[in-house]
Order: sequence, then structure tokens, then C-alpha cells
Amino acid sequence: MKRIYLDHNATTPLNSEVADEVCRCLREDFGNPQTLYSYGKDARKLVHDSREMVASLIGAKREEIIFTSGGTESDNMAVRGIAYGNVNKGRHIISSSIEHHAVLESCRALEKDGFEVTYLPVDENGVVRLDELQKAIRPDTVLISIMHANNETGTIQPISEIGGIAREKGVLFHTDTVQTFGKVRINVDEMNIDLLSASAHKLHGPKGIGALYIRKGVRLKNLIFGGHQERKMRPGTHNVPGIVGLGKAAEIAARDMEGEGNKVLRLRERLWGGIKAGIPHIRLNGHPTQRLSNTLNVSFEFVEGESLILSLDDQGICVASGSACTSDSLEPSHVLTAMGLSPEVAHGSLRFSLGRDNTEEEIDYVIETLPKVVERMRSMSPLYREFLKRQKEINVGAGR
Amino acid sequence: MYSEKVMDHFRNPRNMGEMENPDGVGKVGNPMCGDIMELYIRVENDVITDAKFMTFGCGAAIATSSMVTELVKGKSLEEALKISNATVAEALDGLPPVKMHCSVLAEDALKAAVEDYRSKNK
Repeated sequence: MKRIYLDHNATTPLNSEVADEVCRCLREDFGNPQTLYSYGKDARKLVHDSREMVASLIGAKREEIIFTSGGTESDNMAVRGIAYGNVNKGRHIISSSIEHHAVLESCRALEKDGFEVTYLPVDENGVVRLDELQKAIRPDTVLISIMHANNETGTIQPISEIGGIAREKGVLFHTDTVQTFGKVRINVDEMNIDLLSASAHKLHGPKGIGALYIRKGVRLKNLIFGGHQERKMRPGTHNVPGIVGLGKAAEIAARDMEGEGNKVLRLRERLWGGIKAGIPHIRLNGHPTQRLSNTLNVSFEFVEGESLILSLDDQGICVASGSACTSDSLEPSHVLTAMGLSPEVAHGSLRFSLGRDNTEEEIDYVIETLPKVVERMRSMSPLYREFLKRQKEINVGAGR
Repeated sequence: MYSEKVMDHFRNPRNMGEMENPDGVGKVGNPMCGDIMELYIRVENDVITDAKFMTFGCGAAIATSSMVTELVKGKSLEEALKISNATVAEALDGLPPVKMHCSVLAEDALKAAVEDYRSKNK
């Protein structure tokens, strides 16, 4: 069966140009960049060029980029590194209720260690409330960490405004750009960003490699100890093939960002139009316009997300659920409930995240298949039956 | 992550739908954890002659609902009450640990349906 991949916010297929570079590096450039002879020099050059590419994509300087194992490590390093590195100033951190777990769990670990964390609420579109941010800042606040775009809904946060507020109050600002790096234009200076997390595999690069931007002059405590790599802040022999892959993915993103964004936006709007026309009792989750061009999060009332995913997978369609029922937790999505959705509506959500290789034919197949799948699950749902009974009573009442 | 048997019962649920005038109804679960199960039984001479279900929930919730209706049919009320969550899970060739609560829900729904029947037929 043909498979249709619509879960690019989870991960993306490797770009073939990137794959070529990574494979070439794996085969030929095995040298350790820390060594002095020619093999080391060759590897050093690759790391240098990739760093340049990553830096230029966000308007940073090369020496402000640290390579890490991915988004999670970058988030841990930023949040915990800044917290432990600034205890003389204070022990208060501001984040939001819709962050990725890499930030949320870092914050929770800090809370257990005597730090205080304020989790800002969001409005019904999933946008952080700036008035609440203003109110939350205290003299002992050392860090504001707010993601650029949310992975579940795609809602884009007002990063420039947040950066402006942070700068004005003299608080450091970290943003997790795992979902926007290479997809949305970022400039660390214009946006007043002090630290930024990025990852390669959301960008058609390899897994296990990411980066942390640290503004020059910002001090943080490193989490692991070892050799002199990455200015001693992230020791360990460089993952040179991974770094090459990240650099190439960043280079391609810089080249193709605009055209690709427009293409996936057209496809996404086609998908949303088709879903709206074909299925009643649904709800769009996320900001109507200030949203990643590839992301569509929809709640289908009276049904549960995981059973939709399994049914769609049987039809060759790969999507994600906002419902954490697919993972080890039974709680509904913390992002959707923070936006005010009831648990049962949050449980019935699907996330479609499109990518460069999706086609109109694929989208049309989803539009054709989805109503049948939703209808089948609704036919089993006692919530839907109750709803239909209530509707009938209302209609009978109105007819009298 | 699911056994073939779970997927079979998810894809082709047995005894799905509402029952006209059931002798006993068990409604369990809550929307917070994402599962609501309704089990209906028909009882003649203390034997469950028919069972049906409606469920809002994940794949495991639908499969356990389907399986428990299969297991109770033809059983006396006493025998039916001996069906535990482990019986349901085993009949499905096991469930992932995080989904074991779905089999508990199936057991609870069954017990509630029998209780409902007994309270109406004292």
C-alpha cells in the first residue's frame, strides 16, 4: 500500500543531498577535528563550514553556535545552564504552559532543586499572554524561555515582542525553535534572542544532531564535563557526519525556505478546506493565521485520537494525535487543555504536519478517506449517540 | 505495539452498537482519561444471552469492549462475574502496560451491567 506521511513535526525524511554529504563524510572524513594533522584539519574544516551555515541562518556569529545531540539537549543546556549559572542573581524562571517537554521537564527538575518557575498561560489560540509576561518578571528572574512555534498546533509566538520585553527588563531570553529553524525567518539580533535551540531532523537532516545559539557574553554552566570541544561547554568528540548533515540541511533551508513554505501552505489550506466541507463537528486548534504553514491540528468531536490514527494507518495515512494517549501518559495534550479545550475534545485531536514532498493527490486521498474513518469511530461512540439524541429532542421541541 | 488480536477486534469489533431495552447497562470511564465504555446485556434465567457495547476511546478500549462482549455471551451471571481484566487482556494476547487500564474498564463495565440487572430484578 502507498503510504502518505503527514507527521513532519515529529520528524522528516532525510534530504538526498544531505544524505550524500553525510555518507561521504562517514566514509572519507573520519578524522577527529581536535587533532593537528591533515585528517583532523579536513574534519575541522567541515565542522567550521557547518557552524558558519547554521549561524548565518539565524543571523548569528559562528562562535556563538554550539553543536549538541539535538533539541532536547539544547533546551536542557539553555534552561538548566542559565539557571545554575546565575544563582547569584536569582532563582526565578519564566516559561509557558505549552512548551515542549524538554523545557517543561527541565523547569520541573529545577523546581525540585529550589528554583521557582512561572508557567505563563495562553489564550484560546495558544498564544502566550504578553500582559502576563510583564507581570511575571521579578528582580530575581534570570531567564524567560518561550518556544517560537508550538509543535502540536503550529501557533507562532510573538518572539520579537517577548525578546523586547526581556531585553528591556534585563532578563535573558531563550527560545526553542525546533519547529521553525529553517522554516521561518529568524534573526537573533532583531528578535533579541539570547539563546536558541535547533535540531536537524525536523529539517530533512539526520537525527541526533542539533545546535544551541548562545549570545556572546552570556554565561552558562555546562551540564557535562570532559575535553575542550565546543569551548568546553559541550565536551565530547564531535559528531562530524551529523554536524555536516545539519549544515547541509541549513544551507538547503536557506535556499528553499520561501518556495517550500508557500507550497505546503497551499496544500494545508486544501486539506483544511476538504476536512471542513466533509466532516461536521470539528474544531481548528491553533491560531488561524499566525501559524506554521505546514501544521493543521483539528479536533473531531465524540471520537478519540488514537483510534483515528490506527484507522488512518490502515489506509496508509501517517498522522499524529494531540492526545498523549499514544505515549506513556493518559492525560490529554497539555497544549490543547492550556488553550481551554475540554479533555474529551482534546483527546479527539489529530495533527497533520505537511512537508516538501507531499502532493495534491495525497491530500485529496486524505480528504476522501478521513470522513469515512471519523464516521466509523463516531458510530461506536456513546458520546456521539447522546449528542444525536439531544439534537433530536431540540428539533422536536422546536417543531412544536 | 498492539497484538494482531487487538487490531482484529479494533478493525472488526464484535457486538458493537446500542441494544434495545437491555436488561442491564454498565457505564464506566471518564473523558479525562479518554475512555467511556457502555456495556449492555440481555439476561434470561440468569444467563447472559446477548451483549453489546458502545465505546469512546483508544484502540485498546474498543478491543477490550469487543472482547468482553464475546467472553460473556452464554455465561451465567456467576460465571461472568469471574471474568477479570486479566482474562480480557489474555484473550487479546496481551496489552501494552500503559493500556492495561482499558481491560480494567471492561471488567468494571461488565460488573456494573450485572449489578444494574440485579438491582432491577430483586
